[in-house]
This record gives sequence, C-alpha cells and structure tokens, in this order.
Amino acid sequence: MRALMGTMRAELVGAGGVVERNAYLTKRYIWWDVAWFVWTVANTLTIVFIAKGIEATGGTLDVNETMTTLLIGAVVWAYLGILFEFLMETVAWERWEGTIEYTFMAPLSRAMHLAGQGVFAIMYGLLRATFLFVICAFLFFDLVIPDANYVAALAVLMVASVSFIGIGMMMSVLPLISPEKGTQLGFVAQGTLLVVSGVYYPVEVLPGWMQAIATISPATYALDGIREAILEGQGLTAMWDELWPLMIIGVVSIPLGLWVFSRGEQYAKKHGKLKRSG
Amino acid sequence: MIDTQEAVMEAVPRRGDAAVEVRDLRKEFVSRDRKKGRFGKRTRVALDGVTFSLERGETVAILGQNGSGKSTLVRLLSTLLLPDGGSARILGHDVVAEHRAVRRVVNRVSVEASFFKKMSAAENLSYAARYYGMTSKQTREKIPEILGRVGFPRDRRDEPMENLSRGMQQKVALARALLTSPVVLLLDEPTTGLDPRSKLEVQDFIREIRTSHDSTILLCTHDLGEAEILAERVGILDRGRLLALEPADELKQRYGCGTLEEAFFKATGREFEAEEDEDDDREVMA
Repeated sequence: MRALMGTMRAELVGAGGVVERNAYLTKRYIWWDVAWFVWTVANTLTIVFIAKGIEATGGTLDVNETMTTLLIGAVVWAYLGILFEFLMETVAWERWEGTIEYTFMAPLSRAMHLAGQGVFAIMYGLLRATFLFVICAFLFFDLVIPDANYVAALAVLMVASVSFIGIGMMMSVLPLISPEKGTQLGFVAQGTLLVVSGVYYPVEVLPGWMQAIATISPATYALDGIREAILEGQGLTAMWDELWPLMIIGVVSIPLGLWVFSRGEQYAKKHGKLKRSG
Repeated sequence: MIDTQEAVMEAVPRRGDAAVEVRDLRKEFVSRDRKKGRFGKRTRVALDGVTFSLERGETVAILGQNGSGKSTLVRLLSTLLLPDGGSARILGHDVVAEHRAVRRVVNRVSVEASFFKKMSAAENLSYAARYYGMTSKQTREKIPEILGRVGFPRDRRDEPMENLSRGMQQKVALARALLTSPVVLLLDEPTTGLDPRSKLEVQDFIREIRTSHDSTILLCTHDLGEAEILAERVGILDRGRLLALEPADELKQRYGCGTLEEAFFKATGREFEAEEDEDDDREVMA
C-alpha cells in the first residue's frame, strides 16, 4: 500500500514537472506569446466585425447579440487552438529541441505525462481566452451583456476541456507517426471539429450528415452551453442538456486518447521514430 | 511520511541478476527504396544477434563506426526501441515487458546534449528530476551540488543553455543523468565533438562516477583511447554484430596487435577512421 502511494506521489510530481517545464518555456518565450496573442485578437476582430458589416450593408439583425455569438465562437476556436497546440507539442517541440528521447525514457507514465501537458494547456488557455474575451467584448466593441453568467460559462468550458484534451491526445500522436506533416494534420482536425459544431452559426444550418457528426462533437455542447450562459444568463442546472453529453464524451475520449497515443508510441518504437531527427 | 524512493522498489535488482544482460538481440529497420519501385522497401539490420552481459559496477566500452549499431543498442536499452528478436534485461527486468521498472534505474548521455535551449541549466535539470519523482525540496540542494561536481560555474546556472559551449552543455547532460542516481548509465559518444579540454574534463568526471557512484556504465564510442582508459572491457561492434568483448589487453593479444586500433582493423577488416558512405543507413540506424 505504501509502495502504491509512493508510486502515485511520484506520478503526481512527474505531472507537476510537465507543468513546471511549460511554465519555464512560456516565461522564456513570453514576447513571442504576446505577438501570437495580438494575431489572435486581430483574427477574432475580423470575425466579430462581420456582424457590423451585415448591418452596414442593410441587413437586419441584433448586432449586439450577433457580435457576442461570433465572439464566443472565436474565443472557443482560439481556446481549442491553444489546447491542441500544447498537446501536439508533447511530441513536436520535444523532437525539435532534441529532448524527446529523455522524456520518453523517463519513468513517468504516459497518462500522467499527457495529463500534465493538458493541465497546463487548460490553465494557459483559460487565461488567454479570458483576456481575449474581455479585450474584444469591452475594449473594442463595448458589448452589452447584462445577464451573462460567467461562472456557468467557465464551468461548461472546464467540463468540455476534458473531452478536448482526450481528442488532443489522439491528435498529438500524429507528429510521432509523421514527424514532417503530423503537426499540420492537427490543425485539420481542429478545423473539422469546429466546422461541424456551429462555431459561428447554428448547427441547424448544416447538412444532415454534418449535423449527425455534430452530436458527437464536444465543441457543439460547449458552444451551446457558453452561449446560453452568456447571452441568456443560464445557470448550470438549466444547462444539463449540454453537460451530460460533455461528461459522457469526456469519459470516453480520455481513455480512447490514451489508447491511441500508446498505439502511436508502440509504432514509433517499432520503426525507430522516437528520436530527435524523426 | 511516504518516500518517493519506495516507488523505485519495483525496480530493485533481482538476486544474482547481471546489471545488463543482452541475449541474441536483433533490430531491423525498414525504409523506402525507390530503386525497387513506388512501394519498394529495403531492410537494414542494425543489430544482429548481439549477446553480452555487464556485471554491477562494471564499465564496458563498445567500439564501432557510425552506423555500426551502437546508438541502436543504447536506444533499445533505454526502452526507446522495440527489438525484433532476442531479449535485453536490466537488473533482471525485461526492457519491453517491464519497461517502467527499467526506466527507473537507467539514464543516459548522448552525443547531443539535448535540452530546451531557452531554459537554463537549473530549469532543465529541475523539470527532468520531477519526471523521476524528485520533489522541489529534494532538488533544491541536489541540483546546485551536482552542477558544482561537474564543474559548472555557479554564476551561469540561470543562463539559457543556448549561451553555453558544447562542453559545458555536455557537463549539464552528465549532471542530468546523475541527478536521478541511475544504477545503469548509458553513455553514447559523450565526448564526440568536444574540444580537447572539455573532453578530458568529461572523461575525468566519468572516472569519478566509476569510483564514487555504484553505477554500471555502458560507453559507446568511436574513440579508441577513451575506451581503453575508461573501460574494464572493450567490445567491437561492426555492422550490427558484436565481434569481441574482453579487456583491451586481451583483445590486442587475441588479434596479435600492439594497439587497439590495429585490433579493431583486424577484427573488422577495415580502417577505424574510414567513414562509410552510408548516410541513408545512418538515418535509420543511428
């Protein structure tokens, strides 16, 4: 029992090491991160301005509500981008720096290694998403969102993050299998996930087959839940319809993500791809 | 209070087990061969029935040219590769079936120092130690102590690794490996590319590890002098096959030569310095 507790403690310390490493790297690359954040803000603004553009060309819509709806989509897109980026970097950055062999030969279990990566990604992603939302909503557009329930919105995003991490684990195996093109394929997965999930429009406008895929995408429920919380001020109880599918997808996606990653790792070990040069 | 060292209990040596035991180890790599058409493939044998064992506390050097299979051997023992045949055990634990137990007792230093280059030496050592279950309380004193032991200047501990010389980086790599108190230390060309002074310093430190640490060392190198002065036994690995493994003097005697270089030549039928033009092979076999 004591040995088991010792092992668990060592695993937690190891996962903490992954968080610590990412904190060091973020600190060292902070100005690059600021530059990247400016790009994210610019990208978000181009999307939110679409609502104003429609109004200016004679369209009739509730500009404030449409802008908020678009902003939520853009913020979730940016948040998902950060989560996937960190998880993809589990392999890609390590390979680039040459540390991949040292990390993968350490006694830390892959589950805790990826968990550490996921925890930091969530913390960092939430921080950036909050800044992005505040800057765009209140500094640029002066949006009026009097009923917003930010705590409920944050809670939905946290629950959805479990599923996102599970999917991110599956994606992060791609650079392991294809050192040259694996990372780019992760962006394909991110875009595909959001296009079926109603990132800037209701899912109902999609073709039937895309709507079917939307039912298994955690981003669908995350976007619905966050919009309900911010636009309508819904609390967690009223959002049960979004929360239970997110929980189920989360419970399935984490072990599935770990399994996919372990298969990828076995493949890489078999074919000699677990090394710096690929 | 629970000591994280208890987590290592799973990896304690089994009575009577050698530190490293390799039996008929085989590894092949398959790569694309355009000469054989669109889907053509070729198979290169990186290790071909390698058998040897290391006793605890022993230092053994494996000599071989680029592409001879040295790095493949080290990566197999580090649990980074799956063998295609045979077995390898460290302290009695199979590197495939019991890889977690093996990882707790093995560490390595490779030809490239391999760090996050924007991070400092202390930061690189700190997060790496966590992967082995060492808490910040445990590393707070141990990291400065071990950096001091390898002769790393105190005032450069917080400098990004990219500002350090190759020799300095390699010392930090040695410190990283020793920080986790490995029972088996795998050194894959640790002095290649270093200037003469750094090379001597690294070799001195390896000597110190031999005397002060209870580590078993497998040193893969193509530096004959290094092998002779550091190792109790020297092996010759050529094209994936281990041709000999014995004390340097016996090796020279066996081939009737005055130097290790001549013995290598006789054993392999090739000049030691002659580099093979096998870049393609190296890509998959390194």
